[in-house]
Amino acid sequence: MMSIADSTQFLCFLALSAAVLFGALGVVLLPNIVYSAFLLGGVFLAVSGLYLLLNASFVAAAQMMIYVGAVNVLILFAIMLVNKKETLAVIPGLALRRILSGAVCAGLLGLLLRVDFTTPWALPGPPSIGDGATIRIGEHLFSDYLLPFELASVLLLMAMIGAIVLARRDVFTSDVITGEEADQGLIEKTRTPLLIKKNLQIQPLLEKTP
Amino acid sequence: MVIASAFPPGSPLVHPLAALPGLWAPGSLAVVSPGLDLESSFSTLLQGLGLTPAVAHLVWLPLPMLLVLVAAVVGVLVTVWLERKISAAVQQRIGPEYAGALGVLQPLADGLKLLFKEDIIPARADGLLFTLGPILVVVPVILSWLVVPFGQDLLISNVGVGIFLWIALSSIQPIGLLMSGYASNNKYSLLGGLRAAAQSISYEIPLALAVLAVVMMSNSLSTVDIVNQQTGAGILSWNIWRQPVGFLIFWICALAECERLPFDLPEAEEELVAGYQTEYAGMKFALFYLGSYINLVLSALLVSVLYLGGWGFPVPVEWLAGALGQSVDAPVVQVITGSLGIVMTVLKAYLLVFFAILLRWTVPRVRIDQLLNLGWKFLLPIALVNLLVTAALKLAFPGVFGG
Repeated sequence: MMSIADSTQFLCFLALSAAVLFGALGVVLLPNIVYSAFLLGGVFLAVSGLYLLLNASFVAAAQMMIYVGAVNVLILFAIMLVNKKETLAVIPGLALRRILSGAVCAGLLGLLLRVDFTTPWALPGPPSIGDGATIRIGEHLFSDYLLPFELASVLLLMAMIGAIVLARRDVFTSDVITGEEADQGLIEKTRTPLLIKKNLQIQPLLEKTP
Repeated sequence: MVIASAFPPGSPLVHPLAALPGLWAPGSLAVVSPGLDLESSFSTLLQGLGLTPAVAHLVWLPLPMLLVLVAAVVGVLVTVWLERKISAAVQQRIGPEYAGALGVLQPLADGLKLLFKEDIIPARADGLLFTLGPILVVVPVILSWLVVPFGQDLLISNVGVGIFLWIALSSIQPIGLLMSGYASNNKYSLLGGLRAAAQSISYEIPLALAVLAVVMMSNSLSTVDIVNQQTGAGILSWNIWRQPVGFLIFWICALAECERLPFDLPEAEEELVAGYQTEYAGMKFALFYLGSYINLVLSALLVSVLYLGGWGFPVPVEWLAGALGQSVDAPVVQVITGSLGIVMTVLKAYLLVFFAILLRWTVPRVRIDQLLNLGWKFLLPIALVNLLVTAALKLAFPGVFGG
C-alpha cells in the first residue's frame, strides 16, 4: 500500500500532467485567441507545479514569475491592445494545410517519443538537493554557465533597445529598410496643452464673481 | 495546497530548529530561543490517543492553514473597520457608530450585505472568464500567507525559496485582473484591467530589487532566516537602519501592487467608473475587495518581516529574561516570548496599515504617466543603486552587512 504522501504526490502528478496535456491542446486548437492565451498561462502554472513535485522549488517559482508573470502577461497585452478589425481573407486549401501541419507535429512527437524510449535513463535519478538548489544554480551561473548567461543577457538587451527604437517612431523621417519617406501620420504630433490658458477664460469668470 | 503536499513524506510542515544547524554554530551572533514546537506536542497528544504518527501528521496538516486563513480574514475585517474609522477621523467625522461598540461590527455587516446581494453576470459578458477572474486574484494572495512567520516555528511552511515564492505568486495576480477586465465586455473594465497589469508588472521590478538587497544581507531567501539575521541587538539590528532606501522603495512598490491610493489608478472612479470591478456585484466583487485588503495586510506583514525585525521585540527578549533571572528555555518564558512575537508582528504590520490608510485619505491620486515615470525612471534606478551599494557595503563591512 502506498503511503499517504506518495499517493498525494501521484494524484498531483496525474492532475498536473492532465492539465499540461489538455491545456496545451486547447492552446493550439481553440478558435478564440484570448482563451488560448489564458490557457497558456494555465499550462505554465501546471509546469511549475510539476517542478514543485520534483522538489525544485526555486525553478518552480522562477517559472511562475517569468513565464506566467512576464511572458503570458505580455502576450495578453499584445492581444488586448491590438484592436484592429481585419476581415480575414479565405485561405485556399485550409484543410490540406491543417493536415500537413498536423502531420509535422505528429512526426515531431514520434521523434521525441523515440528519444524518450531509446535513451537509457538512470532510474532513479540523482537525489534532489531541494533548497540547496538556489546556491547551486548561482554557482553554475557564475562559473561554467557564465558565457551562455551573459550571451542571453546581451540578447535581451538588444531586444529591449530594438523595442525602444521601434516604439519611438518620431525619430525617423524615412523608412529604415526601403528608404522611402516615412508615413507622417504615424509620427507623434505635438500635444495640445491640456490646461486652459489663465488670462483667456478664467479671468473674466473671476471678475464676475462677487 | 499543492505546495504543502509536495514535500517528501516525514518532513514536518513546521520545521523544528534542528533543521537550521547554522543558527547553533558556535560563535554565532544571535542567541535564538528554540521557541515553541506546537506540531510535536500536538502529535504526541494524538499518539497518546492511539493514532499512528502518519495520521497525527495528517490531522495536524490543515490546522495551521485554517488558522492562518481565519487570521487573514479577521485581519481584513479589522483593516476595514480601521479604514472607516481613520478616514472618518481624517475628515472630522465620527464614522461607523451604531453597529456594535465603536462600530466594530460594521465590516461584518458589509460582508453580510455582499453575501446576500444578487450575483449578476452581464448578458454579453464571458461567463467563464468572468467567474475565474476574481478567483485568480484572491488565491495567490492567500497562498502567499504560507511564508509569513509569526515566530521561530510559527509559520505554515519554512520553504527555502520563502520571499521569492511571494514575488512569484504576486505575479499571477495581473492575469486575473486582465481576465476580469476582458470578460466584463466593457471598455472601462478593459482599460482598468490593462492599467492594473501594467502597474503591477512595472512596480514588481523595483520591489524585487529591494527584496534582493535584504536577501543579500541575510544570505537566505527564507523569511525565518531574514528575521533571525535581524535579532541580536533589538531595535538597533533591524534592517530599516541598514536599508532605509530599500524600505521606502519596498513600501511604495507594495502600495502600488496593492492598488492603494495614491496608486489606485486601475479603479480610478472618476476616470474609469471602477475599472475592472465595474460589472461585478455580490460575492465576486467581495472577492476583489477581500483580495485587496488581504494583500494590504500581507504587504504590511512582509515589510515588518523584511525591515522591522519580524517578531523581534525592540529589546531582545533574551536580555529581558536574563535581567529577570529566568532561563529562556523555561516553558513559561517560551509561551510568553511566543505570544510576544505574534503581538509584535501584528503590531508592526498594523502600524504600517495605519500609515497606508492615512496616506490614502490625505494624498491625491497620481496620473498614469506620473505613475509609470515614477516606477521606471525613479524607483528602478534607485533600487539598482541601492542593490550595488549594499553589495559594496557587504564586501567592505561583512560584520554589519552580513558576510
